[in-house]
Amino acid sequence: MNGKEKKGIFGFLLDDRHRTRTISYTMVIAAYIILEVMLKTGSLSSLLTGLLVPATCYLVAAIGLNLNVGVSGELNLGQAGFMAVGAFSGVCVSGLLANSLPPVARLILAILIGMVLTAFVGFLIGIPVLKLQGDYLAIVTLAFGQIVMNLIMNLYVAFDSTGLKVSFVESKFKLEQGGKYLINGPMGATGTQRIANFTTGTILVLFALVVVYNLLYSRNGRAIMAARDNRIAAEAVGIDIAKTKMMAFVISAALAGAAGALYGLNYSTMVASKFDYNTSILILVYVVLGGLGNFNGTLIATVVLFLLPQLLRSLQDYRMLIYAIILILIMLITNNEFLKTKAASLRRKKA
Amino acid sequence: MNNKGTPILETKDLGIDFGGLTAVNDLNLSVYDKEIVGLIGPNGAGKTTVFNLLTKVYTPSRGTIIFDGKDTAGKSVVEINKAGIARTFQNIRLFDKLTVLDNVRTGYHNNIRYSPLSAVFRLPGYYAKEREIEGKSRELLEIMELGEYADFTAGNLPYGAQRRLEIARAMATDPKLLLLDEPAAGMNPQETDDLMRMIRFVRDHFGIAVLLIEHDMQLVMGICERITVLNYGMMLAEGTPAEIQANPEVIKAYLGD
Repeated sequence: MNGKEKKGIFGFLLDDRHRTRTISYTMVIAAYIILEVMLKTGSLSSLLTGLLVPATCYLVAAIGLNLNVGVSGELNLGQAGFMAVGAFSGVCVSGLLANSLPPVARLILAILIGMVLTAFVGFLIGIPVLKLQGDYLAIVTLAFGQIVMNLIMNLYVAFDSTGLKVSFVESKFKLEQGGKYLINGPMGATGTQRIANFTTGTILVLFALVVVYNLLYSRNGRAIMAARDNRIAAEAVGIDIAKTKMMAFVISAALAGAAGALYGLNYSTMVASKFDYNTSILILVYVVLGGLGNFNGTLIATVVLFLLPQLLRSLQDYRMLIYAIILILIMLITNNEFLKTKAASLRRKKA
Repeated sequence: MNNKGTPILETKDLGIDFGGLTAVNDLNLSVYDKEIVGLIGPNGAGKTTVFNLLTKVYTPSRGTIIFDGKDTAGKSVVEINKAGIARTFQNIRLFDKLTVLDNVRTGYHNNIRYSPLSAVFRLPGYYAKEREIEGKSRELLEIMELGEYADFTAGNLPYGAQRRLEIARAMATDPKLLLLDEPAAGMNPQETDDLMRMIRFVRDHFGIAVLLIEHDMQLVMGICERITVLNYGMMLAEGTPAEIQANPEVIKAYLGD
């Protein structure tokens, strides 16, 4: 740091500690401005317009997962399960308050409640799960995701003038006149008001980045990384491993919950099977390809890999085949030892 | 000169069995305030096992450990560190992907605290405490002559510097007793000399006791005020460096019959 510090009021934005996060914020804000201008001038296709909010949802979930998998070093295959908890609790909150709050306030409240509730679920799941390590932890989180999905597929939530009704497996209640199902078992949430918007999504992405970066450069973030790098040494300097891993796990879940709430409120119908194992793996692929612990990588990988299958639609039946081939090529290129050493020596020269 | 007052660390008939194997038995070890004590013995004598017992990595099968006047029974590794015992490891255990400075900062985890909320939302407490952590960490790095490496990734440091960094990180936890497991392993005579100077300085500057395991006799005889010799998990001899060097039992244990 000595001698390398830049001058000027905004110089700190580019010093060693802030450069990465400055790049992240700049990318997100620049993308937002460009896309907003394109939206206003109508130069964005309807296909792409429809993808904006889901893209921000996946970004937030992926940023959270990278904290868990990349920084904390615990393989979590249940991120979609946490998104489901956030999505359906968010939909319920919005549905219940449909007549009493304006859309923006409802959206914010839905995201907040989705986030807090998912954080709590994450905490409960974390108690048994974080006693495990490596493959075992991966298997249990995988099972958790599937269980949540199946629970929601058998959940009936409705409200009418007599109040809120909840039942499992089958709908055991008769609704009064004007009553409405919020979650209707396998049919999922129907008739949801689409109140999610791109601006809120972008703010949520920035919020996730601020939370994660601020955490990383703090005593808690160092503890999370220390516990990953060397468990025994971390304990020997007085770091409570269980508490530390729990913090990363819960924050990751909370971000997935917020992302889920936004996602749920972007569609008029939402089925729980959307949040299955495949979605968890999809988010994990974004994180792994972007680089473990590398949040700029997560941003780029998520956007590229989320858009790719949509842009390949013209290939019809060959779409997923081409997608898989591109994925494999990206992995081969980014993991090429020769290119890695080249990049490292370039970076050294610059420094 | 050191045998006045109560010891900071005292073990009474300490022992541990692994299955049928008795690794340490009937060990009565004591370390007094501000003392540098050496724990030596042939390979497999159980020296590192003693460290693992003292820091609760292993639970003793028999005996008690009194630290700072309190029985440590039932304490966890983390609680032992909070009570004031810090250690380094025979096979270096750094946080490889963190920078040298961050490794030391991590040592202040319990010492200088602020809540996760003030970290995430950057409340004023965060800045004040972080400045304090950075200042103290850099001071420790200077003491261990690692100042120039502050921004290096710990895993890329030369071997000797890694060993010194482990000491700096251990000192960040503000211990009363520092356990060093082969601090001079892999160092050349010049580096060992420097290390001896640093260990002495740390002891004087922070007023702590040091218990160290070492095979390098230049270091052991050079800085230890008292030496305990371990063989087959039992105490073979105890005394000043001169006494130990003249002890026929010790010579036999090291060189064989």
